[in-house]
Formats: sequence, structure tokens, C-alpha cells
Amino acid sequence: MAEPQRARPKPTPETQHFWDGTKAGELRLQRCDACAHVYFPPRPFCPSCASRKVTIFKASGKGFLYSYVINHRPAAPGFTPPYAIAVVELAEGPRMMSNIIDCPQTPEALELDMKLEVAFEALDDKITLPVFRPAKG
Amino acid sequence: MRSNQVAVVGAAETTELGIIPNASQLQLHADAALNAIADAGLKLSDIDGFATAVETPQQVCHYLGIKPTWVDGTSVGGCSFMLHVRHAAAAIEAGLCKTVLITHAESGKSMIGKAPRSIPADSLQGQFEAPFGVYGPPSMFPIPVLRFMKTYGITHEQLASVAVVQREWAAKNPRAMMKDPITVADVLNSRMIAYPFRLLQCCLVTDGGGALILTSADRAKDFPRKPVYIMGTGESVATPMVSQMETFNSSRAFKTAGPLAFKEAGIAHKDVDHLMIYDAFAHLPLFGLGDLGFMPHEETGKFIADGNTRPGGKLPLNTNGGGLSYMHSGMYGMYALQESVRQMRGIAPAQVANAKISVCHGVGGMFAASGTIVFTNER
Repeated sequence: MAEPQRARPKPTPETQHFWDGTKAGELRLQRCDACAHVYFPPRPFCPSCASRKVTIFKASGKGFLYSYVINHRPAAPGFTPPYAIAVVELAEGPRMMSNIIDCPQTPEALELDMKLEVAFEALDDKITLPVFRPAKG
Repeated sequence: MRSNQVAVVGAAETTELGIIPNASQLQLHADAALNAIADAGLKLSDIDGFATAVETPQQVCHYLGIKPTWVDGTSVGGCSFMLHVRHAAAAIEAGLCKTVLITHAESGKSMIGKAPRSIPADSLQGQFEAPFGVYGPPSMFPIPVLRFMKTYGITHEQLASVAVVQREWAAKNPRAMMKDPITVADVLNSRMIAYPFRLLQCCLVTDGGGALILTSADRAKDFPRKPVYIMGTGESVATPMVSQMETFNSSRAFKTAGPLAFKEAGIAHKDVDHLMIYDAFAHLPLFGLGDLGFMPHEETGKFIADGNTRPGGKLPLNTNGGGLSYMHSGMYGMYALQESVRQMRGIAPAQVANAKISVCHGVGGMFAASGTIVFTNER
């Protein structure tokens, strides 16, 4: 029997650039040309000022651990508990949900505000997920 | 909206609460509705306005044989019924209908005639949350807790005390699912669900339903039950993605809905005799006390741990035992409203003596939506 699969995102026309980015090893955000607001998740207009003039750019991939849970049960398909579900605040401002790799999934190791950097985990040949690891140095 | 122009004249829960293996979700809607209609001394044909959530209004109206001239299918999660009360009050005041029935029911445990909740893979949640292992409310709702604790210096023991205090209320309530006393140590030693939360800090999963009937305050005096007036109301929505909340230190939806209701009612916090804050998980009363302006968030954990919300305390909170101990079918807001109405009628199992103003605050989704109703039994 096949292993249960992790939930797999299905891009839409508005989010395709983000998933193209992760596949290429880039974390892409959007910035409003009119008011400079940086936002996530993707959409072709600024949720702050409604301008449709927005630019996709490569984010630094740096951020910090904003909050998390360590999920024990019920576990999502494709996950082995306990595993952390984290929210990362990016250096550019937006926050995103992710997982923390290369780090014990314990309250002692997962310190709020710890510095993180993006890494990329390929689910298959189409979808690569952005995950984060403790920043080096 | 003007205060006290509309009143609750019928209120009832399903005949049974808890595990109900012999009724579908739709039949639970009907059971609650028929009980509320009997409570109000009405006939089904008297109902000309109808609201419900999750199930469509047409589904429930057809099943019951109701032919409404006003309907509301607002479905924003567990606080949908607070929004229905607000909308119904406005509709009655505007003359769109005279007598509104609001129903909730959920076969949350037995899952009979209930569509499973699913997250489409191409939704924003499906793309930007589901792939990271969220799986149901216990893995999502507590995500803000650690940040909230760090910001305000809230302790694990204080968050455990929420469950302890609510169990004290539940012990007074024959219909509560969980009545045995618990200690802070019991909570902190219960099975880990999603750190920092353990089993006893997570809501129950049960079957049940409830219904309310509203009409104009002028008509309300002719009904058999003591009218409970709608004094103030508020509502808002924020984001369906917990990761995209403006901050984890408060709920923007709470901070919009709560103050709106207080302002409309023209009351101050010291006027509140009885309070319900939808407690799907143990942190919600802390968010609620802070976001509704009862006290700074820093003080909320100590306030509850010190016993201020327990039986005999100065601010009775979640007096039915709450979602943690009374029942939680999945969309608990209706049961919070039912308890506020019972308290205002003076018939609650754990009645707060001489209570005249009750604030009932609901949440939908994971801080996605909010509705607040201020009730009074004096016009």
C-alpha cells in the first residue's frame, strides 16, 4: 500500500509564480509599486491600497520563528508526529506557515524569535515547498 | 441599530446533547426548531424569517415546512448564529419579517448526514497551510498561543486554569458532558494534542443543536417566556488562514465585533453581569477578555487563575461549562447564546443571581470571524 501523501498544493493563475519560484529555489513575494506594501499570499493587486501595479521579487529567505505548535495528534497524512507547524515572519514583513527542518521538534530547540532561513523541499517534479531551518551564523 | 427593539422569545437546545446516534444532522435542526417553537408557544406557520449555517436555509426550511419571506444563510463558522441574531434584529426592525427562527445543529461526533470538512488543494489554505501538516482545529487554533504567552507573560498553569474553572461551572449543569472536578495538574498531565495544548485544553466533540426565535420587543410581551432583549450587536471577519492573522497577540475580528456591541448597547465593562466567550480552546477566553476590553491582555491569565471567573467570582464566565466541558458540536456559538438567554431568563442551572446584562462573544474558524451580542432582561 502506498504511503499516505502529504497535502499537495494546486497552483492557481494567481499563485503560479510562487510555485515556479520555489521550484527554481527562490522564495517570491510581491511588492506594490504604488505604496511599497509587501504582501503574501499572492494576488495580482495590493491588499493595502488596491493598486494592480505590483512586482514579483525574490525575497531574502530570512526570517524568524513567530509561533508554532508541535502537533501530536491527529497527524496529517504524510507526517510522523510529533512535528512542528510553524509560522515564520519574513524579513520583508509577511508571515507564512511552514515547517522547521534540521532542528529537533521540541519546545527546547524551537525558541520563539530564533533566526531562520528558507530551504526547499521537492514534493514531486512540479511542486517544491518552502521550509525553514535555523539560520547559520 | 437601536437597543432593545427586538427580543428572543423562544430558545431551546436539542432534546438530547452529547452522543446522538439516532438522528441525522438535519433532524437535529428540526428537533431544536420544534423545541424552540414550543418554548415560544408558536406554530411553524408563524415563522416568516429563517437563518441557519452550514446547512442551507432551503434545506432546513423545506424539511420543517417553513415558507419564509426573509432568509439568511451566513456561514462564517461557529459564531454564525451571533451574526444571524444581529441580522435578524435588523430585518425585524426594518419590517422585512416579524418572527425569525435561527437553527443550528451538528452531528459532530456521530457524523450522520454531515458533509466532511475539506480544504480544496487550490484554495489559499490548501496551498499555503495544508501542505505543512495542519489537520483539523487542534493543529491550527493553538498556533498563536506561544506568541501570545511570550508577549504577555502568560503561563502554562494559567492556561490550564481555564479548563479547571469551566469544569467547576459544568459540575453544576446536569446537561454538561464532563462534570468531574479537575486540577491544573490534571490538565498539564493530560495527553498532548498540539503543544502547548493538551487534551483538557481542547473542546469536546459532540452532537447537538439549538434554536432561537426573535420578534419585535413590542410583540415580545405577549409571549409566555420572559423576553430577552437584544441590547447591542457587532460582527466582523478577518482571515480564514490562521497564519495570516494581523498579529497573534489579539484577534482583529474580536476587536471589531466586541467594541461595536458594547457601543451599541451603551454599556461599560463594569455593567456586565454575565459573560460567554466561545472557548473552542483554552486560550480563547484570554483573547476575548483582552480584545473586548475587560482588561489588558497581560492580566487575563492571572484574572482567570485567581478565580475571578469561577462560580462566585466577580465576572462569571462560560457558566454552562463551555466548549471545554459542556458540549461542542463543532459550531458552539448557538450554545453560548442559549446559555446567555437562560441566564437572562433566570433559569440557568448555574444561575448568576440578579444578572441583568449578558455579553455573548463568538468566534468563527480560527479567529476568522466574530460576532458579539449584548443581551438584557430589562427594557
